[in-house]
Amino acid sequence: MAEFLNILAIGLLLGGIYALVSVGLNLIFGVIRVVNFAQGEFVMLGMYGAFAAQTALRLDPYLAPVLVVPALFLLGCAVYWVLLRPLQGEPMMQVFATFGLLMVLENSVLAVTRGVSFSVGSVLSDTTIAIGPVQMPLARIIVLAAATVVAAGLGWWLRATMPGKAIRAVAQDRKAARLMGIPVERMYMVTFGVGAALAGLAGCLLSPLYSMSPQIGMNFIMPAFAVVVLGGLGSVRGAYVGGFIVGLTEALAGFYLDPALKHAVLFMVFIAVLIIRPSGLFGVAGAEEVGLREQS
Amino acid sequence: MSDELVVEGLCAGYNDLGVLHNVAFSVPHGSVAAIVGANGAGKSTLLSTIAGLIPSSAGRIAFKGRDITRENADALPGLGLALVPEGGRLFPFMTVEENLQLGAYSPHARSGMAARIREVTAAFPVLTERRDQLAGKLSGGERQMCAIARALMCRPSLLLLDEPSVGLSPLMAEKVLEIVAGLARDEGLSVLIVEQRVTEVLEIADEAHILDHGCIVRSGRAQQFLADRSIQEAYMGL
Repeated sequence: MAEFLNILAIGLLLGGIYALVSVGLNLIFGVIRVVNFAQGEFVMLGMYGAFAAQTALRLDPYLAPVLVVPALFLLGCAVYWVLLRPLQGEPMMQVFATFGLLMVLENSVLAVTRGVSFSVGSVLSDTTIAIGPVQMPLARIIVLAAATVVAAGLGWWLRATMPGKAIRAVAQDRKAARLMGIPVERMYMVTFGVGAALAGLAGCLLSPLYSMSPQIGMNFIMPAFAVVVLGGLGSVRGAYVGGFIVGLTEALAGFYLDPALKHAVLFMVFIAVLIIRPSGLFGVAGAEEVGLREQS
Repeated sequence: MSDELVVEGLCAGYNDLGVLHNVAFSVPHGSVAAIVGANGAGKSTLLSTIAGLIPSSAGRIAFKGRDITRENADALPGLGLALVPEGGRLFPFMTVEENLQLGAYSPHARSGMAARIREVTAAFPVLTERRDQLAGKLSGGERQMCAIARALMCRPSLLLLDEPSVGLSPLMAEKVLEIVAGLARDEGLSVLIVEQRVTEVLEIADEAHILDHGCIVRSGRAQQFLADRSIQEAYMGL
């Protein structure tokens, strides 16, 4: 029983990581309808940002978001305005552009770091919390808590505030949103900035857990895509719940079947969910058509 | 009576396809003006061009004396010009109340939003009952009322209505047009309406303009058009 509970805890904590990385990715897809291949690289930049903050300012990685999150928000806004906005109306080209951005960011960091891997430490990284027989690293609990707060906070912001409602309106009908006086391009820019900022937050909180390299973003983006599709494209709640499904599936399959089979099992679950619910667990059936309606 | 909207020599279309050719007319303050014409005459294109959704290639649009020809669509609700597009285009996965709130997105309309929602829904009592319902679940008539109410949230002085009765039963269409007439009469709202139900719209309009192949071919008092059989046969398919 203790063994099972420990595996469950590992799955939940892993799910927290995936959920945190996926929320921003899903927000960007849900509103702008762009699959951002560079989202993992924003996480990577967040990790290097935490490293830079610790090296230059002796800042603990858990305090680094104070600097890194606004910086990634501004970077996200700039990327949207300079790279994606000119390609508006060319959705495939936008996706290719994010793939190009992935290469640029990854190779730029590789050029600067010369491939040397870095790690950051925190006073909290070595602490483990024991609840009965279950041992949980505090660093992973912090990520889980952050994913919960971010998903709940973002969901509230989108539901209850005027800018949040405007972003939802833009996602549903861009033309009607313009007729309400909503500056659509600015909303897209803010959304992309928020998505990048959330990736930056994830990067900071993950930095004490992983040794960082320019390619580390790839480790997060592949499960994140599975999370986003499982949970429902465009759904914040879906990204949160989907993260736990992916994390738990990986942990349970890896331990009870074979570590080599964990991804195969994950994608079997993935296919099963899509057969039963093609719009994902929390996707609204028909929402896709609304988002992809002719947007002249 | 001063003019709320003046359109002069307006040309517009889609890419290289010209739809509107040298269109000129005006809407006096507090009046209801109707644009009538056959399918494909360019009525909806005309409203979309005035509302800033389609760029004009020539001509001038002045609203309350201000040139708005090059204004973006998202700037116009803030100036007091609102368009109700064909079909309403509500945000289907948002509630009626959220749709109404978004109608007051412009900074000048945000203060006193709750009071404005009460004022607007007073004209459409059914919306009060449907307040928490998703807009996508409304019936055709309710959807159209919600779309008009949403447009009124920005406190417009000019309301553009594109086929407000499309898809509605004759009874519901009559009700919607009555409400529109009431808004102009009681609130001093100027209205420019495009409508397929020619007789019904001419009955509530003060002035009418006939659009044919993208050109205004006749303008005059709506009652005069209602009485002129030759005009009805030539341009209105009656």
